[in-house]
Amino acid sequence: MSTKTLFDKLWDSHVIEHLGGAQYLLHVDRHLLHDGSGPGALRDLGRRGLPVHNPELTFATPDHFASSAPGRDDNSTRHGARLIPKLRELCARNDITNFDLNDEGFGIVHVIGPESGLTLPGLMIVCGDSHTCTHGAFGALAFGIGSSEVMHVLATQTLVANRPQTMRIKLNGSLPKGCYSKDIALALIAKLGTGAGSGFAIEYAGDTISELSMESRLTLCNLTVELGAKTGVIAPDKTTLDWCASRLPGEHLAALSNACDELVSDADAVFDIEHEFDVFKLAPQITWGTSPEHSIDVARSTPDPADAPDAQTTKAWQEALEYQGLKQSSPIMGTPIDHVFIGSCTNSRLSDLRAAAAIARQGKVDKDVEAWVVPGSMAVLRAAEAEGLDEIFKAAGFQWRLPGCSRCVAMNGEIVAPGKRCISTSNRNFVGRQGPGARTHLASPATAAACALSGAIADPREYGVSE
Amino acid sequence: MRALNIVTGVAAPMMLANVDTDVITPMQRLVNLHNADLGKWAFEPLRFVSTPPLGQEDEGERVENPEFVLNQPTWRNAPILLAGPNFGCGSSRETAVWALDQMGFRVVIAASFGDIFEANCFQNGVLPIRLPNEQVEQFAALARQVPTEGQQFQVDLEQCMITAPDGDKQKFEVDSWQREALLSGRDAIEQTLTRAGAIKSWQAKDMEQRPWVWKAI
Repeated sequence: MSTKTLFDKLWDSHVIEHLGGAQYLLHVDRHLLHDGSGPGALRDLGRRGLPVHNPELTFATPDHFASSAPGRDDNSTRHGARLIPKLRELCARNDITNFDLNDEGFGIVHVIGPESGLTLPGLMIVCGDSHTCTHGAFGALAFGIGSSEVMHVLATQTLVANRPQTMRIKLNGSLPKGCYSKDIALALIAKLGTGAGSGFAIEYAGDTISELSMESRLTLCNLTVELGAKTGVIAPDKTTLDWCASRLPGEHLAALSNACDELVSDADAVFDIEHEFDVFKLAPQITWGTSPEHSIDVARSTPDPADAPDAQTTKAWQEALEYQGLKQSSPIMGTPIDHVFIGSCTNSRLSDLRAAAAIARQGKVDKDVEAWVVPGSMAVLRAAEAEGLDEIFKAAGFQWRLPGCSRCVAMNGEIVAPGKRCISTSNRNFVGRQGPGARTHLASPATAAACALSGAIADPREYGVSE
Repeated sequence: MRALNIVTGVAAPMMLANVDTDVITPMQRLVNLHNADLGKWAFEPLRFVSTPPLGQEDEGERVENPEFVLNQPTWRNAPILLAGPNFGCGSSRETAVWALDQMGFRVVIAASFGDIFEANCFQNGVLPIRLPNEQVEQFAALARQVPTEGQQFQVDLEQCMITAPDGDKQKFEVDSWQREALLSGRDAIEQTLTRAGAIKSWQAKDMEQRPWVWKAI
């Protein structure tokens, strides 16, 4: 009897043909498009005279180029003015459901998939966006693809993909005060390195997982690509099915629930690599450099490049410190900041906004800081407004903005100016990510809110937070 | 897709680890560029010490950083890139591969790649080769010796063999499916559409087994 990991089961159940070696032809159950990946691929497909193979399994939303400014429309951003109507037109022509700008279903693609019930356990989900691994939180097989592959999926509803090896990461214990799944992910990436997952699919397991909400799991899986892995999966459980229950027609729920019984790694399944991580020892994280692996406890100091494991890393740390305008071996707390961005597919869901609001209500945004809250979707925005979170943020001096990718990738022009420092709940602190010369520090929504009030890098535990 | 068989030429040693696709094609610049100009602007944060502001790409001068390996005369037209581990990590943007292609690179050799970047290479007739980092470092050391004729690298996809300037031969592995795709330059979509029957029957069976998949919202 062969034994299988959860990932093996997900992969095997979507194989149409093994093409040899590690190459497989896989069926795609959900193809998500956005205003960056969609218009060009749909146009090129049309030019080749090919139809969309399964428009009923294809969904779009113009999240990347949308402005987050109140009162926005298509024309609020230079490139949105061209691409948002283009996506609308091409979706209409091809019978693809488009969660259009300002529709009640609109939002960041990795936020609206789960909230609309499109994302379900056992599905194969792809999107021309590297953070598609987010959906793995449901026990779905989900990963990002390139634009040529987007066209391939449109034309065939399949993908030729390379089967990765398997890695399991066991997370032990409960989250300490002031820590969230964002902190788990950043600390893990710092410990293992951004290349550690290259060639692997990761399963997150251990007793921590059962305590995490669906939204916290989405954050954890979202950052799997920053470990270099193809995807990250979590076995569906009661938390998962409870989430699906309100989003799936009743007649299908029982069948899905039965299917979920199989979506677990067999007890004796063998992983190519195993890691363990003690979540109970965690402290709030913040990145100091220009890679997600440059993460430290917020109460610690920046590293000394001389302590790096090799000469190349020493050089990389020196350059990162220089780019970020930081001194080596110095406490990172107290570093003055210019911007705070609470948003992105990593941390823009209701629980994220609640955690930030719990701190925001304790004070005012520092006078030298511009702080933004960009909810992940219209549904998140409405839910947050229904419980008054918008009022808390506005009273504290935060800008309450409209959903979209916004300042995470800044394709919509919402950049951070050169040399300015931004505490961001997003996923990448790469050189120039939020704009040429912009300095990004990744952190949880609670830490970001604490920084906004302090006007400097701060510890959320000083605001008496708890999970 | 353009076919690839044998690539001969100098190899540019750019052994930085974790070079992300945001560095290869920065997004805020990317959205202002024509696709044909991606190579001209590739690696902007590393390659130039000053560039025109965003949105003013046609005005002002780009001042090169003479220290950057790809600005040095020896490597300007290199068809082979020797890269540090985890090259092309981060964003899925295929523009990163288009930019490398426009710079003349047909082969990238590294210990590991960003997963989506690696797949994108195969989609565009660029060959990513995984070798242990020590081996890539050895090639980089050879490449840094002033190249003269006869000191070129040769990458032979048919034989899955790299011949170094010193004559040393190094085997590499690439999946047979991808190897054949590159050697023939065949079109991926056409190739898959020859399996239209298998896709159709898979879907018909799936509609019975997993009806909830097909009743989306």
